[in-house]
Amino acid sequence: MTTTTAPPSAPVEVRPGRARRRTSTSAPKAARIGAFVPALALLGVFFAGPLLWAVYSAFTNVALTGAAQVDFVGLDNFKQMVQDGQFWNSLLLTLVFVVGSAVIGQNTLGLLIALLLRGRSKTARAVVSGLVIAAWTVPETVAAFCWYSFLHPGGTLDGILGWVGLSQNWLYTTPMLAVILANVWRGTAFSMLVYQAALNDVPPELQEAASVDGASVWQRLRYVTIPLIRRSIVSNLMLITLQTLAAFGLIYVMTKGGPGTKSQTTPIYMYQESFQFYNLGYGTAMALVLLLIGAIFSLIYVRLIKVEDL
Amino acid sequence: MSVIGELTSARRGPSRIAVWVVLAIVAIAFFLPFLWLIVASVQPGAALSADISWKFSLKNFADVLNVDTIYRPMLNSLIISGCTALITVFAAIFAAYPLSRYRSRFGRVFLYSILFSTGLPITAVMVPVYTIYSQFELTDSVPALILFMAASSLPFAIWMMKNFMDAVPVSLEEAAWTDGAGWLQSLWRIILPLMVPGLTVVFVFTFVLQWGNFFVPFILLQAPESQPASVTIYTFFSQYGQVAYGQLAAFSILYTAPVVLLYSALSRVFSGAFSLTGAVKG
Repeated sequence: MTTTTAPPSAPVEVRPGRARRRTSTSAPKAARIGAFVPALALLGVFFAGPLLWAVYSAFTNVALTGAAQVDFVGLDNFKQMVQDGQFWNSLLLTLVFVVGSAVIGQNTLGLLIALLLRGRSKTARAVVSGLVIAAWTVPETVAAFCWYSFLHPGGTLDGILGWVGLSQNWLYTTPMLAVILANVWRGTAFSMLVYQAALNDVPPELQEAASVDGASVWQRLRYVTIPLIRRSIVSNLMLITLQTLAAFGLIYVMTKGGPGTKSQTTPIYMYQESFQFYNLGYGTAMALVLLLIGAIFSLIYVRLIKVEDL
Repeated sequence: MSVIGELTSARRGPSRIAVWVVLAIVAIAFFLPFLWLIVASVQPGAALSADISWKFSLKNFADVLNVDTIYRPMLNSLIISGCTALITVFAAIFAAYPLSRYRSRFGRVFLYSILFSTGLPITAVMVPVYTIYSQFELTDSVPALILFMAASSLPFAIWMMKNFMDAVPVSLEEAAWTDGAGWLQSLWRIILPLMVPGLTVVFVFTFVLQWGNFFVPFILLQAPESQPASVTIYTFFSQYGQVAYGQLAAFSILYTAPVVLLYSALSRVFSGAFSLTGAVKG
C-alpha cells in the first residue's frame, strides 16, 4: 500500500475559526477524484462494462459454439421470450420463491424470533440465535447438501414423518416447497439481526405504557412496535427480495430446476439456456430482464434509505 | 416497576410457556438439517439417512485429507477470497475517504450509484461477464476472477467503509493538517489506525462471502486444479455423491469450519449485528 505513488501533498489551508467544517479543504480536487480511481476502474471494467455488453448482446444471436458470425437480431430474443411458456413459468416460480421464502418466510420468522428473544435469558438468546446464525454462515453449497439429505427419502425429515405415514421424496413431489424451506432456513438470520437491532431502539417505556393502558400483546405489536420499526421492515424487505431474486446455487444443487421444470426459476433457466444450450444471446436477454427487475427494487430501496450528509 | 413487569403478558404463566415452546421448535428446526452432516461425517460408509449406528470413526476425514480433495481446493479458496478481500478493502478505503470527508455532486452521484448497484443481481451479470471473458481468453484465469469478485463486492464494501469512516472525528485530522500532513498521510496515520475494527469487518465480510461464492467461479473457472472448494465440493457431490456421503459430509465440515470460526471470532469481538446495522439503518 505504501508503494503507490502518492499525489503531491496538498497545500494546507489554515483557516482559523472554520476548523470544524466538514467541507474544509485539505486535499485538492484532483486528489479527491484520484482517490476514486481504483474503485472506479474496477467497477467500470468488471461491472459497468459487462452491463453495457449485456444490453448490446441481448439484441444479437451470439452463441457459445464459437461461431464467428454474430448478427444483430433486434428484438428477436425478446419476442422469443414473450412467446416462451418456459420463460413465463420460470418468472412465476421466481415470484413464488421470492414471496414464499423471503417476504413471507425469512421476514416473518426473523421478526418473530427477534420479538420472542427480547428479554429472554442470555443462554436462550445464545442457543436460538446461535443456531439461526449458524445456518446463515454455512456456505451455499453446504446448505444445499444439508437440505438435500434432510429431505431425501430415508433422510432425517423422512424418518420423522415416516412415523405418521407421510414418507415421500419431498425433492420430487414438492420441489418448490423444498427450496423455499431451505432458503428460509438459510436466510432468516439476516432478518432476525436487522430486527434485533431495530427492536433495541424501541424504548421499553412505550411498551409498558401501552400495557398499563390495557393493550393486548397483539395490539402492542400492531400499534406500538411495528410503526416504530417500519423503516427497518421496509429496507429489510427490499434487501432480502434483492438477495433472493437471483438465488442460484441453493436451487441448482438441490434440484437442478427439476423435476422437469418444476423448480426452474429464471436464474436457473438463464444458466441452462446460456451454458448448456449455448444460447448466450437469449440467456443475456433473460439476464437483462432479471437486472431490470432488480434495478426497480434497488431504486425503491435507494429512495427509501436516508443518506445522511448528502 | 415490578407491578408493570407482572402486567407484561410475556411474564405470565401460559404465554410464557408458549413462548418457550415456539423458541424450542425454532431451535430444533434450525438444528435438524445439520444432523445428517454431523452424524454422517463420523460414520464409515454413511448413506443419506441419518440412522445412527453408534459407530464412531474419523475414516471419512482421513479419506478426504489429501491434496486433490481438500488441500488444493482450500488453498485456492484461501487465495481467491483473500486476494479479493484485500483488493476490495484497498479500493474501498480510497473511495470512502472523499465520500466521508467532502461533499460534492460527484460524491453524491457516486454514493447513490454504489447503493443502487448493491442491489443488482450478480447472477444475472455472469452471462455477459462470461461472454466477455471468453472473448479475451480470460476464463480459467484466477487473477481475472479475483478482479471480478473484487468489483462485485466493492459497492457494499464502500458503503460499509464510509459509515465506519464517518465515525472518526474530523477534528483529529485537522490537527494533522495544520502540522503540514497531506490527506494521504492523515488517512494512513490517523484515520486507518482508528478504524481497524471497521477494516476487519469489511475484510472478513468480503472474505466469508467469497469463500462461499459458488456461481462466479463455477462459471469462470473450468480447470479443476484452479477451482476453489465451493466448486470442487459440488463436483465431488455430483461425481461420487451416490457412494461417498460420509466423505462429502466430512469435506463439508472441513470447508465450512474456517468461515464459522471467523464469524464467531468476529461477533465475539464486536457484539452481534455490528456489521449489519451500519448497512441497514434505514
